[in-house]
Amino acid sequence: MADYETHEHDVLVIGAGGAGLRAAIEASATGVSVGLVCKSLLGKAHTVMAEGGVAAALANVDNRDSWQVHFADTMRGGQYVNNWRMAQLHAQEAPARVRELEAWGAVFDRTKDGRILQRNFGGHKYPRLAHVGDRTGLELIRTLQDHGIHQGMSVYMECTIIRLLKDGDRVCGALGYYREKGRFVIFKARAVVLATGGIGKAYKITSNSWEYTGDGHSLAYNAGAELIDMEFIQFHPTGMVWPPSVRGILVTEGVRGEGGCLRNSEGKRFMFGDIPDNYKPQTADNEEEGFLYVLAEKFNGKDSRRPPELLTRDHVARCINREVKEGRGSPHGGVFLELKSFAEWMKKRVSSFDADSHWKKKLPSMYHQFKELGNLDLTKQPMEVGPTTHYVMGGIRVDGDSQMSKIPGLFACGECAAGINGANRLGGNSLSDLLVLGKRAGEYAAHFAKDHGAGTIHDDQIDEATRWALSFIDEPKGDENPYKVQQDLQDMMQDLVGIVRKEEEMVRALDGLQQLWERARKVRAPINREYNPGWHTCMDLHNLLTVSEAVTKAAIERRESRGGQFRDDYPKKDSKNFGKKNTVVWKGADGRMEFRWEDLPPVPDDLKEIIKQQGEGKLPEELQ
Amino acid sequence: MAQAKFKIWRGTQDQGEFQEYTAEVGEGMVVLDCIHQIQATQAPDLACRWNCKAGKCGSCSAEINGRPRLMCMTRMDDERYITPGETTIVEPMHTFPLIRDLVTNVSWNYKINKMIPRFQPRQADAPDGTWRMSQEEVDRVQEFRKCIECFLCQDTCHVLRDHGKTEGEMFGGPRFMIRVASLEMHPLDTADRLPLVKDSLNIGLCNITKCCTEVCPEHIHITDNGIIPLKERVVDRFYDPIMWLFHKIFGDKQKAEPARTRTALPVIHEPAAKS
Ligand SMILES: Cc1cc2nc3c(=O)[nH]c(=O)nc-3n(C[C@H](O)[C@H](O)[C@H](O)COP(=O)(O)OP(=O)(O)OC[C@H]3O[C@@H](n4cnc5c(N)ncnc54)[C@H](O)[C@@H]3O)c2cc1C
Ligand code: SF4
Ligand code: SF4
Ligand code: FES
Repeated sequence: MADYETHEHDVLVIGAGGAGLRAAIEASATGVSVGLVCKSLLGKAHTVMAEGGVAAALANVDNRDSWQVHFADTMRGGQYVNNWRMAQLHAQEAPARVRELEAWGAVFDRTKDGRILQRNFGGHKYPRLAHVGDRTGLELIRTLQDHGIHQGMSVYMECTIIRLLKDGDRVCGALGYYREKGRFVIFKARAVVLATGGIGKAYKITSNSWEYTGDGHSLAYNAGAELIDMEFIQFHPTGMVWPPSVRGILVTEGVRGEGGCLRNSEGKRFMFGDIPDNYKPQTADNEEEGFLYVLAEKFNGKDSRRPPELLTRDHVARCINREVKEGRGSPHGGVFLELKSFAEWMKKRVSSFDADSHWKKKLPSMYHQFKELGNLDLTKQPMEVGPTTHYVMGGIRVDGDSQMSKIPGLFACGECAAGINGANRLGGNSLSDLLVLGKRAGEYAAHFAKDHGAGTIHDDQIDEATRWALSFIDEPKGDENPYKVQQDLQDMMQDLVGIVRKEEEMVRALDGLQQLWERARKVRAPINREYNPGWHTCMDLHNLLTVSEAVTKAAIERRESRGGQFRDDYPKKDSKNFGKKNTVVWKGADGRMEFRWEDLPPVPDDLKEIIKQQGEGKLPEELQ
Repeated sequence: MAQAKFKIWRGTQDQGEFQEYTAEVGEGMVVLDCIHQIQATQAPDLACRWNCKAGKCGSCSAEINGRPRLMCMTRMDDERYITPGETTIVEPMHTFPLIRDLVTNVSWNYKINKMIPRFQPRQADAPDGTWRMSQEEVDRVQEFRKCIECFLCQDTCHVLRDHGKTEGEMFGGPRFMIRVASLEMHPLDTADRLPLVKDSLNIGLCNITKCCTEVCPEHIHITDNGIIPLKERVVDRFYDPIMWLFHKIFGDKQKAEPARTRTALPVIHEPAAKS
């Protein structure tokens, strides 16, 4: 084995977004030595982009809120294929995690009486999202970062992990390279926490950053862990659609939470025409009530129900898709999102209402984004929006309490782990998930490290991985352009395994993936190890292909429509056959991807009772 | 589609040169789109940083025709920064050591940040074990907390850029002045960072040229709202003549010294050809 730089830690955290930082802080607090690795600079992780807020039943704005309601909302949003234990812990512990952030220096927007302000969001019964304008993710990551750096952890920036190292069954470290010099580095660790985020770069139209190549999913998969629910991908209903170069960039749900209306080319608020039965009791059926809901506090409209624009994301995205397909879209293939109607309604009630400054204060970065990138003033003109790939509900299968995967010592949290969100994630539930389950992952990883000795690093694993990595520059097997292969993959996934899916298209996608795998083995990059994005893309491609295959396989098997999976050939929910099961994929002995169904753990009676009370007094089909 | 010509800095700290490229520019494209296109078709190993492509992460800082900008927020049709028909020059930030092409080593900033003592709130005093703060009380701090750490202000500030105050008698730079300000003006914070600002971050070296404020993509009023009030606090504490006498008589160890003054330097830095 060559003489590589080596670091030893009790706990190695891979990923420095909200989940990784929170895990690292927690592990450090127990006194173990912690290494934190990230492939960008510290503070730039995807979490920085989160806009709308963090969901926690603080009940600051509506005192009827409680963890029970939050739990029931999360399960309903996830269409009951969530891991109930995670959903429960998440709802119970989120308020404490948010208050803790405040104690670490976060400055949330305030209520009139000086507490943390909360806003409405899709699928949440009460105003629940603690926020800072529309830059909540920045506040969260900066707070954790500035707190974390004083905790004594070692941070390795711009360092990409390419292999998990194992000693027998257990994980014992990881191998990576520094982007700057292309040098390899070995991390020995007693426990490893994956917190690498999502897979959005498998699609052409996405709100996700370059980092979202599914690294953690793929690292865990290749190390022998299981991935569940990979068919469930959240297409956020409102991404920018124009100009083409910004297509996919997110328009926060906060715009609708603050009164934004969706209209088609005929000027119709089409969401009123399509409210699913199980959401009817809590959804407004007229404009007046919907607007009242937005300002419930101000006008004492507490009993008003939320406007249909705030139905769950999967549903709103599909409705927009339908409007466009049926020829009622906006000029550039989206629909309109406008703030004017709400402003006019307000003006009738409060004559001093100044729309211009109101929106600039409520939605500063959205204002900025449209102004700079779209040449459009959202306080005056309607925006054009359409669905964009946003979040993956599926991921590494972990235990609900400890976040440990099937592999001893390997933990996962944040977007790369699965379970809490079921078939569809509610807005705001990711940031709270990062905090609650990130903390738990750090805590249990530290316990694991204390209870277990260090494993042995095996040279053959290092040699194999470094040889593989260098092959793309030193002895490429072909002349494929890695960027081109990545683009072709994105186009194919967008077309064949996108928001509306069909069996025959997805079978074609599997064929396409075979060909792309072939091409990915033949990519090459210029011979240069220093900060060479071409070389990095060669390696990232293998992760993207792994997760794309997992998504496609799972999506073919789930022959029903539920949450993030919509099947044109099976447009109905089929709870009898699929309502109590998760899809599972793993790497078989021959290296091929295996698939099976697995029953969900049954929901305990006390939690069923909560779901019943928060619903229409009866249990949803899946839980009966 | 129109074609646009680019000159992009290629190379490392030791050697490099501008190289010419051409990109096809479609509607709404930003400089970063062109860089990506060039990467994908002509220069696969062209190094640049980016994450969000939406002006939120502060990764893609560079100098475009000599102006410190986020590449993802600079549209090709924005004539304030791009002259139609002319070659656009893209180079890395000058103030930090070059790693390669458009990527610089900004680790110095992380070191400075670590010198700043963390937030230390007063005892929680609301019945629910938290605190009460009004929106008005936090407005100012929230402005500073919009910072995305693009370090464009650091790049522009002549004290760092031209006078090399990243070592020796070091200047913390505008980014960290407002970071300190965000803590010092936080209604709950109890720590005292004024000695740090004065003696280690050397706030006195700032001569209020406001170049930092001009380039901030988050439109933070770095100088007016952050640096000047901090300077006033430092002056009140350390240089006020009555306080000075008071400290002298009662034996404060703090040695008073006159406020430093420096000559102002040119505000705008023209696109300097890299030598
Ligand atoms: C535009 C946008 C807006 C959003 N708004 C909201 C919102 O309002 N509310 C909400 O709850 N959620 C929101 N989300 C979702 C939420 O932001 C993400 O799900 C969440 O931030 C993911 O956090 P994470 O900690 O899991 O991963 P990330 O924050 O993405 O961090 C991943 C980390 O892993 C590192 N990494 C990845 N691969 C490797 C590797 N191979 N080696 C080393 N390091 C690696 C990265 O460098 C990074 O540090 C939004 C998402 C987007 C895209
Ligand atoms: S005002 Fe001028 S000298 Fe002071 S920090 Fe800003 S750029 Fe530097
Ligand atoms: S203050 Fe403004 S210019 Fe300076 S780092 Fe922050 S965002 Fe960038
Ligand atoms: S890429 Fe994030 S600010 Fe430009």
